[in-house]
Amino acid sequence: MHWLYTLMPVAGVEIAWPGLVILGLGVGMIAGFFGMGGGWMVTPGLNILGFPMAFSIGTGIAQMQGPSLVSTLRHAKFGNVDYKLGIVMIAGTVGGFEPGAQLVMWLERHGRVDAYVQYGYLALLTLIAWLVFTDVARKRSKERAARATGQALDSTAAGIEWHKTLHKIKIPPVVYFPKAGIRCSIWLPMMVSFVTGLMAGFLGIGGGLIRMPALIYLVGCPTHVAVGTDLFEVTISGLYGAASYSYKGRTELLAAVIMIIGAAIGAQIGSVATKYVKGYGIRVFFGVAVIGCALSIVLKLISSAVPGARVFLDEVATVLILGLVGVLSLYIFLRFLQGVRAELAAKKQAVQITV
Amino acid sequence: MRDWCIKWTRGAVLLLTAATAAPGAGRIVLVADSRLFSGWRAWWCNLYNDSLFWFAVLTIVILPALGLAMSKVTDAIMKRIGINLKSRVPTEH
Repeated sequence: MHWLYTLMPVAGVEIAWPGLVILGLGVGMIAGFFGMGGGWMVTPGLNILGFPMAFSIGTGIAQMQGPSLVSTLRHAKFGNVDYKLGIVMIAGTVGGFEPGAQLVMWLERHGRVDAYVQYGYLALLTLIAWLVFTDVARKRSKERAARATGQALDSTAAGIEWHKTLHKIKIPPVVYFPKAGIRCSIWLPMMVSFVTGLMAGFLGIGGGLIRMPALIYLVGCPTHVAVGTDLFEVTISGLYGAASYSYKGRTELLAAVIMIIGAAIGAQIGSVATKYVKGYGIRVFFGVAVIGCALSIVLKLISSAVPGARVFLDEVATVLILGLVGVLSLYIFLRFLQGVRAELAAKKQAVQITV
Repeated sequence: MRDWCIKWTRGAVLLLTAATAAPGAGRIVLVADSRLFSGWRAWWCNLYNDSLFWFAVLTIVILPALGLAMSKVTDAIMKRIGINLKSRVPTEH
């Protein structure tokens, strides 16, 4: 079975290459479907396959460019990428990232940086999960209320509509973002991206996990446009991350190349699957992914408090993350298959009717 | 104007020097063992050992290019299956 292993030139470790292809496939699907880079899944995955932690982070960020680019191009064809909004947000993201990273350096000098980052991460994920499920619950209650009065709820109605209040703040210049279909002060997306960039810099992540819900709940993007625009941001920030980690010598190109083979296929499947799933379906599964991520951090926090159980709890956290990647990818793949089957059947029927 | 040009050029040279300089002292420096490999992998190890700047440049050029190429291949496969890749019906917020 030695042919299943390949020696990595830079990291100097032997890695099972089918594992890299499968990990890439799963992460690609999730990236294309949810609009996240998926750093929180790739890093532990690469670590399990045998990479040292620094190489896992660097290679994870570097390979992100493949699926995010593939997904952005696909979403752009579906009309899901608002480039104007994306470019405005890049300025805020870049401006916020560095102060966030500097905050980590400051905390490092005062000790306990790990705990602060982990608690910050946990608080943020809890907030996002609460937002997503409160939004879904409120939307359902609105639907029930509309049904009771014999009316149908507007298809653009949402559960949480904070963006409507934020759109009323008209600090000039007020700009129209055509794909997202929103008109607001340019300062709104800039401030939102600055804060999400700050958090991303502080937590050491790409930021997709924070930016996607921020685009929906604060900026007011439709779910599909939030996914596409966020992927565009991930592509740009991933490029910076890849350059930074490669310059520090912590990227394994061969592993990233092998992963991209799976990730590119996965990203196409994930992006095309969004065609067949309603916006709220994407939000619910995004919430599930966030809860899984939060649980893995809780386990990490417990493991640092209980040193005796560290090895066991770290393994449980890793299995949880990889299990989540497996379940979510399977769900996306099944929705993709169902959607494709229905689309092809409809096409066949249309041809038969014309004949 | 001339002063401004000189200042700008000095700044650019400084930035470029900082960007291409070797990683700072005190940091862990890894060395790839090129003796274990032949062909492109040995060349890649040598590049890693010689210049992290060019290693980084090539990494950020190769990966998006490969992503783009793979995207064309998967596009062609999906089109062959018969999936409409140009539009989707907007459903809800």
